[in-house]
Amino acid sequence: MNEKLNLKESTFISILKSMIRIRFFEENVAEIAKRQEIQCPVHLYIGQEAIASSICADLRNSDYVYSTHRSHGHYLAKGGDVNKIMAEIYCREEGCSRGRGGSMHVIDRNVGFMLSSPIVGGSISIAVGSALAAKMKNKGQVSVAFFGDGATDEGVFYESLNFAIVNKLPMIFVCENNSFSTHLPDFLRQSNTSVSERVKGFNINVDKVDGNNPFEIYKSVGKMIEKARNNEGPSLIECTTYRWLSHVGYWQDLDIGYRKKVDVEQWMNRCPIKFLANELIQNEVITQDEFIKLEEEIKNQINNAVIFAKNSSSPDPIFIMEGLYN
Amino acid sequence: MKKIKYSAAINQAQHLVMDKYESVIQIGVGINTPWYVGQTMNGLLNRYGEERMIDTPVSENATTGIAIGAALSGYRPILTFPRMDFMYYAMDQICNHAASLNYSLGGNSPVPLVIRAIINRKGEQAAQHSQAIHALFMHIPGLKVVMPSNAYDAKGMLIAAVEDNNPVIYIEDRELYEFESEVPEDYYTVSLDKANVELEGNDLTIVSSSYMMHQCRIAVKALAEKKISVDLIDLRSIKPIDSETILNSIRKTGKLLVVDGGWLTGGVAAEIISIVVTQGMQYLKSNPVRITLPDLPAPASFVLENAYYPDNTKIFQSAISLCL
Repeated sequence: MNEKLNLKESTFISILKSMIRIRFFEENVAEIAKRQEIQCPVHLYIGQEAIASSICADLRNSDYVYSTHRSHGHYLAKGGDVNKIMAEIYCREEGCSRGRGGSMHVIDRNVGFMLSSPIVGGSISIAVGSALAAKMKNKGQVSVAFFGDGATDEGVFYESLNFAIVNKLPMIFVCENNSFSTHLPDFLRQSNTSVSERVKGFNINVDKVDGNNPFEIYKSVGKMIEKARNNEGPSLIECTTYRWLSHVGYWQDLDIGYRKKVDVEQWMNRCPIKFLANELIQNEVITQDEFIKLEEEIKNQINNAVIFAKNSSSPDPIFIMEGLYN
Repeated sequence: MKKIKYSAAINQAQHLVMDKYESVIQIGVGINTPWYVGQTMNGLLNRYGEERMIDTPVSENATTGIAIGAALSGYRPILTFPRMDFMYYAMDQICNHAASLNYSLGGNSPVPLVIRAIINRKGEQAAQHSQAIHALFMHIPGLKVVMPSNAYDAKGMLIAAVEDNNPVIYIEDRELYEFESEVPEDYYTVSLDKANVELEGNDLTIVSSSYMMHQCRIAVKALAEKKISVDLIDLRSIKPIDSETILNSIRKTGKLLVVDGGWLTGGVAAEIISIVVTQGMQYLKSNPVRITLPDLPAPASFVLENAYYPDNTKIFQSAISLCL
């Protein structure tokens, strides 16, 4: 473990903070949805926090990140404004997309969070377009596409992968394999459930890691980012993980019958936040007290975001047409 | 002023914009071969290199997303579809993404993307190599859709489309490539939202666009010999539609014939007639008439094609019936 922590200690404190921020944020959103304060559908990221947080840890504001319907974690991990995304989930004028996009269409261009698209596989090729731009600009930028295993059922995933490889683009494909495409488990829809194995024939640099282990993810993606910045082409990282909650909404959807309670519990026991916090405390990177203090700080930040969102104004229908054209 | 071909005008426009803006790049299947795009790309690869002239695998869906991503990241891509038929593969990126991104992301994510879409009518090419599906794009909020009918507009509107910060579907019919008109050599733009009253007359308004304008011009000459004077309106843009110009004409003539190169149901002609009926019914002296393709996939056989594609004779006859 000490070897792992030889990687920058402050980095893992940042990753831990990011994971806690996402967890509290999502727990709050779940509560808000439960209380029906919002109507906008929310796809929560609880259980998968290690991936966004570790992947984005060393990205710069000038690097591009693209996301999916499950957008909140990626947005926050890239450094997106927490108030503005909360207000967007409330569909308010002060939201990051002025209440025109909601939870599934979030943006913070200041930190390179370009967009999220709820069309499965829809943002992957756009991310490759940013990688093409990055290559032409030649300033060492990289582009990152987050997507789930469901997106690898789409043809456009393979088209995008191929284009990035043929053109040697500074692109990182991040597949968060939680093994479900909404309700349908991987073995019912995929000839080979390992995405990294499936794409090996493309001659792309590939790695498969435990998506609940920030050390593994960080180490692996670090090499990929370096390769990309050095014009050595794209990579794909497959992170195996599990979403604790339903595909959409705040409940656990055990009633639908597509997954077993015991599986959910098993994965909840492998909580990525508990894992990292324990590692950092045991290795005396932070103390238990510091950890609790850290949690309190972040809780306050999220509570303030909810207050900000509630105090934001609803969009004025007079301006409904605004933004259609630029 | 020098007369040049429609295809040469497109070529000139592209040389000028690529020269003026480093940010203009081109991407698409077959863009570097005349096999796909006629003479419209002449000299561009030599002058600007493969980095700015990206010939792609036939991955229309991804390629369109890639063009959008480049547009969001500081470039002004021109994406070419050598046949409109191939655009169905790209509909998700065009309609779900390019068209609506700026709106659903709050208004600060412009997509300065030009999509050159080529109609390839006739030539026994059948249903999947000759479609004119401009009306589909007219339906999508957030797009601009233009279809110039002559070399002057082809050049000026392509330059304007590249300068525009929104996704523009720029539709060209290969049948027009050989037609010549007077075109200035220098850089100029033609507005993307104004129709052009090409000829003025008092008896009848004919509204058309793109290649069908050519057929209308022939018909209008023949009608003049029959002492029927026509207000001939070239739409140039079908999204937005310049309603004002059309209504002004109807106010004068009271009669409307719409000629469109697409299908009948839910098409451009239906939209034009709807505009006139809902906003200018009181000026109409007779039922509006539309000439379009039948609701039928394009047949291959030359004989069937002649029955399928309306021409100037049909326009002439419809106009005569309307003015009797």
